[in-house]
Amino acid sequence: MSELGFTPNEMMTVAASRALRNDDVCFVGIGAPSAACNVARLTHAPDITLIYESGTIGTAPDVLPLSIGDGELCETAVTTVAVPEMFRYWLQGGRISIGFLGAAQLDKFGNINTTVIGDYFHPKTRLPGGGGAPEIATSSKEIYITMAQTKRGMVEKIDFFTSFGHGEGGDHRKRLGIDTAGPTLLITDLAIWKPDPVTKEFTVVSLHPGVTYQQVQESCGWVVKFAEALDETPAPSELELRTLRDLQTRTKAAHEGTGKGKAA
Amino acid sequence: MVKFLPLKQAVAENLNNGDTVAFEGFTHLIPTAAAHEAIRQGFRDLTLIRMTPDLIYDQMIGMGMAKKIVFSYVGNPGVGLLRRVRDAIENGLPHSIEVEEHSHAGMANAYEAGAAGLPCAVFRGYRGAGLADVNPNIKSVTCPFTGEVLAAVPSIRPDVTFIHAQKADRKGNVLVEGIIGIQKEAVLAASRAVVTVEEVVDNFDDLHPNLTVLPRWTIAAISVVPGGSHPSYAHGYYMRDNAAYLEWDEIAADREKFQAWMQANVIEKSADDFAARVEHLRKAA
Repeated sequence: MSELGFTPNEMMTVAASRALRNDDVCFVGIGAPSAACNVARLTHAPDITLIYESGTIGTAPDVLPLSIGDGELCETAVTTVAVPEMFRYWLQGGRISIGFLGAAQLDKFGNINTTVIGDYFHPKTRLPGGGGAPEIATSSKEIYITMAQTKRGMVEKIDFFTSFGHGEGGDHRKRLGIDTAGPTLLITDLAIWKPDPVTKEFTVVSLHPGVTYQQVQESCGWVVKFAEALDETPAPSELELRTLRDLQTRTKAAHEGTGKGKAA
Repeated sequence: MVKFLPLKQAVAENLNNGDTVAFEGFTHLIPTAAAHEAIRQGFRDLTLIRMTPDLIYDQMIGMGMAKKIVFSYVGNPGVGLLRRVRDAIENGLPHSIEVEEHSHAGMANAYEAGAAGLPCAVFRGYRGAGLADVNPNIKSVTCPFTGEVLAAVPSIRPDVTFIHAQKADRKGNVLVEGIIGIQKEAVLAASRAVVTVEEVVDNFDDLHPNLTVLPRWTIAAISVVPGGSHPSYAHGYYMRDNAAYLEWDEIAADREKFQAWMQANVIEKSADDFAARVEHLRKAA
C-alpha cells in the first residue's frame, strides 16, 4: 500500500468499474474483469446485467467466483441457459453491450493472446486458450480490457491472435467484415487508455494518481503514446474502496472455507 | 434401453480403447467418478473431447490415456494452467498428443450440430482469430441468401459421452439442473451415453414441465455415485471444492507427486469413496 491509501490494483479495479453503466449488458471474463463488474454492480450500477459464459444471465454473486461456473452465479441469476444458447442467441445474437476481457499478452491495437507463448505447434508455454473470447471480441458491441502492466504482458507483437482487436490498426476490423467497435477502453494499474480515432492505437488519456509518464513507459513493451491533455484518474472513493475490499474479504473466506477434503 | 449398473461395469461395457469420448461438464457436474473409473481400467488411445478440460483430463493425459485432445479452454478455471497437459504438449511426456483447438462458440455449435444430426455447424465466429490458421477443421461457408461469410466446423459425434447429473427416476429418466452447460447436446450427439447420478427417486411427477430431463431411451447406463462430481459440484447437493482446485496446481506441477497422488486417490480407490469427499461441502441450500 502506498501513502495514497490504495494499491495500483485497487485503482485499476475501481477505474474499470466506473466505465460500466447501469443499463449495460456485460459479458464478464474471469479474474480482474469479474471484480470490476461486481464493484460496479455494488456501487453505481445496481441494475447492470452481468453474464458469465457458463450461461448465467443477470447474476449477482455475493462473493467473486473462482471459476466462470461457480454455483453462486446460478443461484443469483435471473436465468441460466445452456452454453450453446449463451453463445448463439445472446452473444452472436447481438445482445451484449460490453465484453470485458483480461489478457496474458496484449498489443497496442488491443489484440489479445491467451493461447501460447512461442510457436503454436511447439509452444514454450501452453496457455489455456481462448474459451469464449474469440467470439466475445467480435460479437460484443464494445470491448473493455483490463490488465496490470508488465513488459511481458504488453508487447509490440503478440505470439498468437486469440482474440482480434483492431488487428493492424485503422479500419482492419471493417476490412474483415466485423461491424462491432472492438476494444474501446483499456484500464491498467497505472492508466486509462483509449484507441486513437484513426490509427486505433491505444493512447494514454488518464494517469492514475501519483503515476508518472516514465512508469507507464517502463512497464510497457511498445513506445507509449500519451494524449496531449492528460487527465488524472480520480482516486477511489471511500465507498468504492470499501466495496472492493469487502468483496475480496468475503471471497477469500468463501474459497478457503470449502476446506481441504480428506482424500481430495 | 437404459440399465442401472455399478460404475465399474457401466464404464467397461461402454468405453473401448481408441474411442472418441466426451466427459462433459461446464465447471458444474463434472463426471469425475466416471473419469477415475476409466483411469483404473487403463484405457488407451482415446480421443478426449471437452469444451473445458480440467482436472480429469489433466489426470487422463498425465496417465498416458489420450492420443488426441479436442477442446476450447484447457485450464484450471480461476487457478491457472493444466500442468500435465502442458507437459504432454510442450515436452511430449508421457507421450505426445494431437491437439484440435476451437473456441467455446465453435465447440458449442459443433455439439449442437451433432445432436441435430447435421454434418457441420455454421456460425459467425473465428473472425480475425489465429485458430482458423492452425486448425484445418475450421473452414468457412458463404450464406446463399446474404453472401455473408460464416465459420463452419464439423459436428461432434462422440462414440460415448459421460455426464454427471442430480437424479434419475426409477425408470431411468435423468434430471440435470443448475448450470446445464453442454450436457444435453453431448448426450444426444453421442452413440452411447453413461450418466452418474447423486440419487434415484421414485418418479419425476412433481417436476416443473420445462426442466432439462433426458428421457431414459437416450441413455445406455446409469450409475448411482453420490459425490461423483467432486471436486466439481452438484447444484442442490454440495458446493465446489475450490480448495481442491487450488491444491491440484501443486500436485500436478511435479510428475512424481502426480503419480503418487493418482496411485493413492484414484488407482487404489473406488466409486464408493466419493460420498465421503463431499461431506464437508454439503449445505442446506
